[in-house]
Amino acid sequence: MAVVTAPIEHGGMVVAPPTIVAPAYRGLWSWFTTVDHKRIGILYGVSAGTFFVIGGIEALVIRLQLWVPNNTLVTAETFNSLFTMHALTMIFLAIMPLSAAFFNFIIPLQIGARDVAFPRLNAFSYWAFILGGILLNVSFLLGGAPDAGWFAYANLTSRQFSPGPGLDFYILGLQVLGVASLAAALNFFVTILNMRAPGLSFMRMPIFCWMSLITMVLLLLAFPSITVGLILLMFDRFFDTNFYSVAHGGDPVLWQHLFWVFGHPEVYILILPGMGVISEVIPVFSRKPLFGYAVMVYSGIAIAMLSFGVWAHHMFAVGLGPLADAVFASTTMLIAVPTGVKIFNWIGTMWRGSVSFKTPMLFAVGFIAMFIIGGVTGIMHASPPADLIQTDTYFIVAHIHYVLIGGSMMALFAGIYYWFPKMSGRMLNETLGQWNFWTFFIFFNVTFMPMHWTGLLGMPRRVYTYGPELGVTGLNQVSTIGAMGLGFSVLIFVVNLFLSLRSGEPAPDDPWDGATLEWSIPSPPPAYNFARIPMVHSRDAWWAMKHPERMHLDPIEVTPLAGGPAHPTERPHEVVATEVAAAPPIIHMPSPSYFPLLAAAGLGLMAVGLLLADAVGPGVIPIFAITGLIVLFGSIYGWSFEAA
Amino acid sequence: MAHAAPVVLDSGAVSPPSVEAPLVLEHPHPSIGIDNRKLLMWAFLASDCMFFGTLIATYMVYKNRSLDGPLPREIFDVPYTSVSAFVLLLSSLTMVLALASIQRGEERKMRIWLSTTALLGCVFLGGQFYEFTTFYKDGLTLSRNLFGSTFFTLTGFHGTHVAIGVFWLLSLVTHSLRGRLHQEHSLFVEIAGLYWHFVDIVWILIFTLVYLIPD
Repeated sequence: MAVVTAPIEHGGMVVAPPTIVAPAYRGLWSWFTTVDHKRIGILYGVSAGTFFVIGGIEALVIRLQLWVPNNTLVTAETFNSLFTMHALTMIFLAIMPLSAAFFNFIIPLQIGARDVAFPRLNAFSYWAFILGGILLNVSFLLGGAPDAGWFAYANLTSRQFSPGPGLDFYILGLQVLGVASLAAALNFFVTILNMRAPGLSFMRMPIFCWMSLITMVLLLLAFPSITVGLILLMFDRFFDTNFYSVAHGGDPVLWQHLFWVFGHPEVYILILPGMGVISEVIPVFSRKPLFGYAVMVYSGIAIAMLSFGVWAHHMFAVGLGPLADAVFASTTMLIAVPTGVKIFNWIGTMWRGSVSFKTPMLFAVGFIAMFIIGGVTGIMHASPPADLIQTDTYFIVAHIHYVLIGGSMMALFAGIYYWFPKMSGRMLNETLGQWNFWTFFIFFNVTFMPMHWTGLLGMPRRVYTYGPELGVTGLNQVSTIGAMGLGFSVLIFVVNLFLSLRSGEPAPDDPWDGATLEWSIPSPPPAYNFARIPMVHSRDAWWAMKHPERMHLDPIEVTPLAGGPAHPTERPHEVVATEVAAAPPIIHMPSPSYFPLLAAAGLGLMAVGLLLADAVGPGVIPIFAITGLIVLFGSIYGWSFEAA
Repeated sequence: MAHAAPVVLDSGAVSPPSVEAPLVLEHPHPSIGIDNRKLLMWAFLASDCMFFGTLIATYMVYKNRSLDGPLPREIFDVPYTSVSAFVLLLSSLTMVLALASIQRGEERKMRIWLSTTALLGCVFLGGQFYEFTTFYKDGLTLSRNLFGSTFFTLTGFHGTHVAIGVFWLLSLVTHSLRGRLHQEHSLFVEIAGLYWHFVDIVWILIFTLVYLIPD
């Protein structure tokens, strides 16, 4: 424990300082026991970045294999593992945890809180995520990676057709990642609802917090479906049940339903945080408040609700019948409405603003452009007749990469460039940033634009090679060149990251002249974030504090607080400061704990038991399961009664 | 802006000033008036709803699709299971009484009602164990047919929930015996109660859909 005192200057004199009891971070071990949301956010970011590079290398090998027809760089089996692991890695180990890095670092700062609602549960989520990532990736070394696609359709996944351990790693890895996501979703759901600073009503919340809140609801409600699907698959593979076995009356299509009832909300779990990020970036770099704030919120909610009613558009080729196809086609097209509303609002925000194209803004605008292309092709295959032609071809590959790279990843890059100064205390280099963006933008299109034609010309996806007679060799070579360029662009980013961390320009507290509360505190923020919990009187709370005189010109959601200052433009910190002078307060931050790491290890023990079953015999399953459960619940019990 | 640079001092270099002062800088949560832990339980139960919803949906989809027996109507003993369902429902009443006791500060009464709730939960679990063994002797196993797979998976996960609840209740009793659970901690009993009632409600659904409408 270190004691940190923050004296408060008030009218030129220092008044009674609050005493802040916060953990002193020293050495590597402190990263394993940390419960500080900012450090966990950094851990998430670094881990996700590492997995992003691994997934990217897998993609490059895939593109090299497709360089010429009938290539023999990798075998068909390896190719199957590569595209499966590329998808799993990018979705579950790169984009989701990169969003989680921002949830962790930014949400408490934006809502004026000192930490998340459950700091230890937060650390547990991170360690469970790492365990899941290890389980998935270690399969390469232990008998073969999952190779049935990230969707793992039954009954290809039965023991009979996939005898190796790859799918066991798939089941266990995804179950553990599901536990991590559930824990994180519970935590941030409660944090956003309950830890807001006084006066920060729902319709004053930064839009990133809104989109995150919606994402949490999606995580809570969508993950149980795949959890059950995976449990049934696990029982089929380990305990000889017949859920997906046609020979015993089972129905492989049940898996498809369970998977996509999760899988489609998952798409919005991937994109909504990104939409939240650019809804923060675009107003700041346009020098205007977000256009149509309320409609942006409602559109996000509408997207989330509709996302539970569209899953079968992934299954048009199954043959669900014309009625089901028609219903799911309509609901799918309906999602385009709130999405379109959002796009118009971003454009409306930039309209007549004084737009400055710094790197974060470039990525945000790049997001809008690329997401429109991905969205339009999405509407194309919302129509079942069109989908039957496009499904399982490279056209779909182009579509998902336009929404997930051109969409989610570009938005997350915008977030990295936007919030890096707050996270690290250093500015990212702007020249390298511009290079990063333009190479990324150009090579992204070089890679994926030709795939629309590759697909329409009939090249099926997930096949390890193609014949020269298909006439797609040139298009494939363009895509491969583009992919190498994308790799180069990511390299620029990594170089920028390291150079800027070493010798970047020190970041001021508020480098972009921002509008939200994270810019009101030092860069990087102290352990306790806010010496004084801010009072919020309007939307764009920090902007209102910086420019109280302007707020009456454009009174957005400005109302006097019950018990707060009568006039909304009164500077809140002064009010608090006088209270401080009367009574020196003490701020207590949660102390480090090794229980979260131990709890995740308990989960790991349960997984190891199942993985050993093949080699040692089924007897090990209950031994490891019970030991693991005791460690897991013992650790949770332990942290519940630990001294805060 | 008046956020002054904080001074970081080494451990023990400065002793904090007296802590009698009210924590005026403490975060004034919860913003929506429900305690964090209670809200967490509500959110978890929402997620658990989807979990059991999916398991029940799987059972319903595979109803009457088993290729061979034993079938539900051949082995269900509805009067027997009705008794054990009644026992579980009764435990919701004793749970309510336990919470009412601690809210009035009657710790001994609370321990009695909590223990009764746990006991009723154990009776239910014992009943389920007996039922499972009987079915097993009749030839119904997890892998025998689709009915066996869906039935044991659904009721097994429900039973696991009940078992976790029993451990939870007993740990509350232990804490109370050690003198660590008083009137001001009634929230802990309330949260355990939320979970317990949820598990009961799920059983009402399962009992109706699986046992009472067998075909």
